[in-house]
Amino acid sequence: MARVVVDVMLKPEILDPQGQAVQGALTRLGVAGVASVRQGKRFEIEVESAPDAAELDRIASTLLANTVIEDYTVHVEGR
Amino acid sequence: MAARIGVVTFPGSLDDRDARRAVAAAGAEPVALWHDTPSLSGVDAVVLPGGFSYGDYLRCGAIARFSPVMESVIDAAHGGMPVLGICNGFQILCESHLLPGALIRNDVRRFVCRDQWLRVENDRTAWTCHYEAGDEILVPLKNGEGGYVADERTLDMLESEGRVVARYLHDNPNGSYRDIAGITNDTGNVVGLMPHPEHAVEPLTGPSTDGLGFFTSALAALVRG
Repeated sequence: MARVVVDVMLKPEILDPQGQAVQGALTRLGVAGVASVRQGKRFEIEVESAPDAAELDRIASTLLANTVIEDYTVHVEGR
Repeated sequence: MAARIGVVTFPGSLDDRDARRAVAAAGAEPVALWHDTPSLSGVDAVVLPGGFSYGDYLRCGAIARFSPVMESVIDAAHGGMPVLGICNGFQILCESHLLPGALIRNDVRRFVCRDQWLRVENDRTAWTCHYEAGDEILVPLKNGEGGYVADERTLDMLESEGRVVARYLHDNPNGSYRDIAGITNDTGNVVGLMPHPEHAVEPLTGPSTDGLGFFTSALAALVRG
């Protein structure tokens, strides 16, 4: 078995209101010096064998991330 | 024979019934379409209603895009069929790449629900030909992820090609770039709109009847062919 891990983050120029809300909550928790919080997503896909790079790219760019507003990175574990 | 306008129900759709009422109020025959059935039942136009299709899982509209009915809607839209996406329907159209850009969480970090003034900018689409450019209309708005974003090049293209269909007036409710409330594709048959014209077709329940024009426009566009 292989594990495909896809991390998705909003592009830097896209506003992240969820991250801002987390930042506000961190301050209320008493955490000092938080300059910025950005929230993303992580997908862990268990597969019999890892698809090739082109297929991984298709999966990430077609479904897991909306490339208009998000960037993604893909890596494969356990191969 | 009255034109037949389909309204898709996805799991989590909320405004499909109101959209069908609006279609009927405009004088067309509403046809209920189901997300899991690829057939469009021979309709002449399609409305993708508001709501939270598939629970907004992954991203708003991202799962709906891959539903069986959407494959047919996407094909029909490319063939020129009028398609209107309202709110979640607009998000689905962007995820389907029938419209450029994307809709993100409101900059105010709150769900916004209020009556909203809009200015109709484009009166040549299949869904706005019964308006005149510059018309100011009042329709309900209710969204949590209604901020329209696109890169500068895309925004400039939309502006230069006259593809901004409607803009927020007075106060931008959600941080949409350039106050954009709705856009159209390059052939004017596909329109996405974040506010809800289907809730403004009857004086008893709406703040106005200003929204009815979207549905009578489609009827006129279908007759015109």
